[in-house]
Amino acid sequence: MMPSAELYPVNNFIGDAVRSLFPPHVAAVINGLIALLSLMALVGSLGAVLIYLERKVSAHFQLRFGPMRVGPHGLLQALADGIKAIFKEILKPEGADTFIFFLAPLLPVSAAFLILAIIPFDHHLQVADPAGGVLYVLGVSGLSVLGILLAGWASNNKYSLLGAMRSGAQMVSFEISLALLMLLIVMLSGTASLRGIVLAQQGTIFDWWIFKLPFLGILAFIMYLVASTAELNRTPFDIAEAESELTGGFATEYSGIGFAMFFLGEFVNMFVSSCLVTTFFLGGFHAPLFGLPVIDPILSLIPGFICFFAKAFLIVFLYMWFRWTFPRVRVDQLMYLEWRIMLPANLLLLMLAGLFVAQGWAG
Amino acid sequence: MKATETKENVLEFVSRYVHKTITGFFTLTKGLDITIKYFVNPKTAITQQYPENRDTLQMFDRFRGHLHMPHDENGKNACTACGICEKSCPNGTISVLATKDLAGKKVLGKYIYRLSQCTFCGLCVEACQFGAITLGKNFELAVYDRNELTWVLNKSDNGAC
Repeated sequence: MMPSAELYPVNNFIGDAVRSLFPPHVAAVINGLIALLSLMALVGSLGAVLIYLERKVSAHFQLRFGPMRVGPHGLLQALADGIKAIFKEILKPEGADTFIFFLAPLLPVSAAFLILAIIPFDHHLQVADPAGGVLYVLGVSGLSVLGILLAGWASNNKYSLLGAMRSGAQMVSFEISLALLMLLIVMLSGTASLRGIVLAQQGTIFDWWIFKLPFLGILAFIMYLVASTAELNRTPFDIAEAESELTGGFATEYSGIGFAMFFLGEFVNMFVSSCLVTTFFLGGFHAPLFGLPVIDPILSLIPGFICFFAKAFLIVFLYMWFRWTFPRVRVDQLMYLEWRIMLPANLLLLMLAGLFVAQGWAG
Repeated sequence: MKATETKENVLEFVSRYVHKTITGFFTLTKGLDITIKYFVNPKTAITQQYPENRDTLQMFDRFRGHLHMPHDENGKNACTACGICEKSCPNGTISVLATKDLAGKKVLGKYIYRLSQCTFCGLCVEACQFGAITLGKNFELAVYDRNELTWVLNKSDNGAC
């Protein structure tokens, strides 16, 4: 077994500085702690930013302004909401399973946190890069389904249970599509490590997987967006919450910080999902070069993490756009979409992409 | 789409399936087009920032505020004291007190309007055949005393004694 210092190197100047000051094993621990703390800071600040963004974007889609009172243009609204949620009373329904009831809100956030740990934000800005990164993503993202199912089960409320069961069915179904699309990307890149996938897309924007495969890349991108929207329980697939049918679904019985954790988990999971889309299809931290000698040197000066976050927030905007445009589908329509449309199309796509790879037309 | 009705062959099924998927996709892009137009034009937002824009706020044409009796530049109104508005009001909001002028003709004495009972339904305005009353645009109607909610709408200089 490899020592942890070699398995999880933090290969940037901070990691090198720590390694030059401390003995190797202490340096590995300190580097890990620094990386985890920065991830925690990222998750905390992302929650506030994304909630503010969602409220503003949704407002402008609906001819409103959104929060305008707390701070200039409502910038401090998320802070005020967070303080309110912390000081609210935490209620537990009678007959609820105490331990599971309070454990469940932590799981979606933990899933997001664990996936963020292997996202390559820049060339040397990645906490860990396991060789089976895609498998890790698939395995860990199951935690958020588990959190929702446990929340519904432990709440001792029929609406919660119904919402959780619907959500479980939905997320488990769409995970198949996600897994098949990830398999497509792994097949094209020839590696399952997320950093390897990004490095395989080096070059101009026509080397990104969305454009590299003629037509199939865009199709796969759209299908990935649809499947991940369903995986995130966002409208038009928010049948887990379905407030008009289920009074909030799995989160019905949660108040105060428990509900805030679910809310935060939902938003950070949205960001994680857009990070994955960026990594798989949009070239990760590579600058969008067009192959033109005039602007390419300027564009390649942009730091990688800025390119990464710009692309990720573009995808976040797409998710919000979908959410505030489309009406919610019924449960049976959702299942029809997955099993009758997405899955056959996915298999066909995989087959065609395999043909492309075998003929050497791509990758 | 019942199982008994499907007499189509595989090719027809596949073409209908693909057609349905593609047209469904294009109808989705229509919706996306509408919302992005609102998003990129923030001026389309119709929310009023009320206390800040109090000086410039224009109420909308169809807004129904308190009852209002317009007077022309000579201080005359169009009311004939017929009392139809009083009868049409479901709440007893209006009392038309008629008097006689020097020629013995029935004219309006006092047009009493009780804002505390009014539901702003506008039936009185619809019932009036002379256009003598309208619904106003003012909505800041809070006062400190109940008595201030009983208004006399007409200016009493139409020859009544």
